[in-house]
Amino acid sequence: MKLLELQRTMARAVMQPLTFTERMQRTAPDGQPMRAYAARFIKPNDRLTSFERLEIYNRQYWFRLLSSMVEDFPGLRAVLGASRFEAMSKAYITDCPSRSFTLRDLGSQLESWLHKNPRWAGKKQTLALDIVKLEWAEIEAFDGKAEPPLRPEDLSANAGADLRLRLQPYIQLLSLRYPVDDLLLEIKNTSEENEVASNAFQERRKHKRVQTVAKLKPAAIALAVHRIDNSVYFRRLEPEEFALLTELKQGRTLQKAVAHAFIETKIPPQELPALVQRWFHNWAALGWFCQSDQKTETSPRSTNPMNRKPTGAGRKRKIV
Amino acid sequence: MGTNRFNNFTEYGIGIGLRQPHYDHILSRKPVVDWFEIISENFMIDGGRPLQILDQILEQYKVVQHGVSMYFGSAEKPNREHLRRLKELVKRTKTPWLSDHLCWGSVDGRYTHDLLPMPYTFEAAKLTAQKVREVRDYLEVPIAVENVSSYAEYHVSEMSEWEFLNEVVERADCGILLDVNNIYVSSQNHSFDPFTYVNSVPAERIAQIHIAGHSKYRKYILDTHDHPVIDPVWKLYERAIQRAGHTATLLEWDDSIPSFKEVHNEALKANRFLAATALATAV
Repeated sequence: MKLLELQRTMARAVMQPLTFTERMQRTAPDGQPMRAYAARFIKPNDRLTSFERLEIYNRQYWFRLLSSMVEDFPGLRAVLGASRFEAMSKAYITDCPSRSFTLRDLGSQLESWLHKNPRWAGKKQTLALDIVKLEWAEIEAFDGKAEPPLRPEDLSANAGADLRLRLQPYIQLLSLRYPVDDLLLEIKNTSEENEVASNAFQERRKHKRVQTVAKLKPAAIALAVHRIDNSVYFRRLEPEEFALLTELKQGRTLQKAVAHAFIETKIPPQELPALVQRWFHNWAALGWFCQSDQKTETSPRSTNPMNRKPTGAGRKRKIV
Repeated sequence: MGTNRFNNFTEYGIGIGLRQPHYDHILSRKPVVDWFEIISENFMIDGGRPLQILDQILEQYKVVQHGVSMYFGSAEKPNREHLRRLKELVKRTKTPWLSDHLCWGSVDGRYTHDLLPMPYTFEAAKLTAQKVREVRDYLEVPIAVENVSSYAEYHVSEMSEWEFLNEVVERADCGILLDVNNIYVSSQNHSFDPFTYVNSVPAERIAQIHIAGHSKYRKYILDTHDHPVIDPVWKLYERAIQRAGHTATLLEWDDSIPSFKEVHNEALKANRFLAATALATAV
């Protein structure tokens, strides 16, 4: 057997889902018995059959990737429940196997996949999609690029109708139908408490988490997922604020962005100039605007943290 | 003595893996550590806290990069995005050498995120060596390939694992990261004498040594990096440095990670073997 053929043969078996009892399937990907499939290329020894030796790798693959999903999407896991989340993760990984050298990217297709496969979330589909968007945005914001920020004084010096302002690449803007920011913070807080809690306490926390999810009512929110001192925060935005930032992110000039953002606003016109000025001052203070075409990675400036919501201790290091 | 061209002639002592639970301790207490090994893939990102931490570590410590997904033995070409990001990190850390595993883990662009064993064939050795050369030429830093723990062997193999390792490193003219724990684990899983392995590798190519703990199951041993180093592994380590001389040594502890002090103390046990080897050489 040539190298490529052997690697394809083994990878097909390793990536095939485990049984309900977390063992290797009895039937191989090509339909023949797995015992015969494994024996074609793997030697047995005096303690393990070819099947058993291959099974070690099959189980390691799924345990590793499923743990990565649990680590990256605790919110979705709380929304769906642990067993449904695991079943969904297996289906997702089967349909969208990793195509990146890093497990950090494993969940990159989850939102679009879940959108096409609504049966996993059922009646909670909208909520599930919202929380996946937020959890993926958190991953992107955590290690996204930061450019040297524009300071408030840079902004006032360059202000003009044709000015194009660049947003920091790490900032994620989300329009959501559920207030999943509060939900995710609640889930993470209870998870952290559980790490040092008794079993009985954990059960109560689990019950509370289920109640929190069940009680969550739809309420449209706009959110910026951003960083301060390299910690990720969620910041609620007014609808017009979100629209304006989105326009700027798309590369519109300041004049056009302002014009588009306030088309349907109910804010009295006389209040707009002061409001917009305040927003820009806040965004600049948070280091959200950056200089164009800079390639140097820097840390954002430490600034006045307004309305910030810490997302917890920060993401954990991932072993690939 | 103790240096070679495969670790850029550096004199590194005993290091430990840089792991997140120890960040606060390291940055606040600034313990004396010869060097840290980082998992390259955890820092091949665009920004944020991991790079901030890395920069703080680089200000005070020597850092060597260790990769887990280059997959020198995969039949496909190296991932260009992977190489580009890896080179950026090499420039940042100024790692004197770079290691990754003698294994495969991806095929047709799909990644298993595991260190899968190679078939020990001449075809595989030739292809693997070619990839090591390509990666070294692109990154412009010496490469050391690490032997992995394995749980399976293939019918198509034409030689032993150590013969395969020798074939690859001679063809690629690269270094070896000799993981003596992996040798022990594989020797138990495949019933060979681990000292035959240690005695067979070209000592002049050993750029670095890994030590670690593992987990014993009823029918096999799993390389879990979640225990102290056991005596039989220390004996292999002793033999390795008798042959290679004073060599950069690193303790891996990746799961159920204890305090920094416990991990560092476990690593420093290597000193007694290094001292004995130095004494024997002097005599």
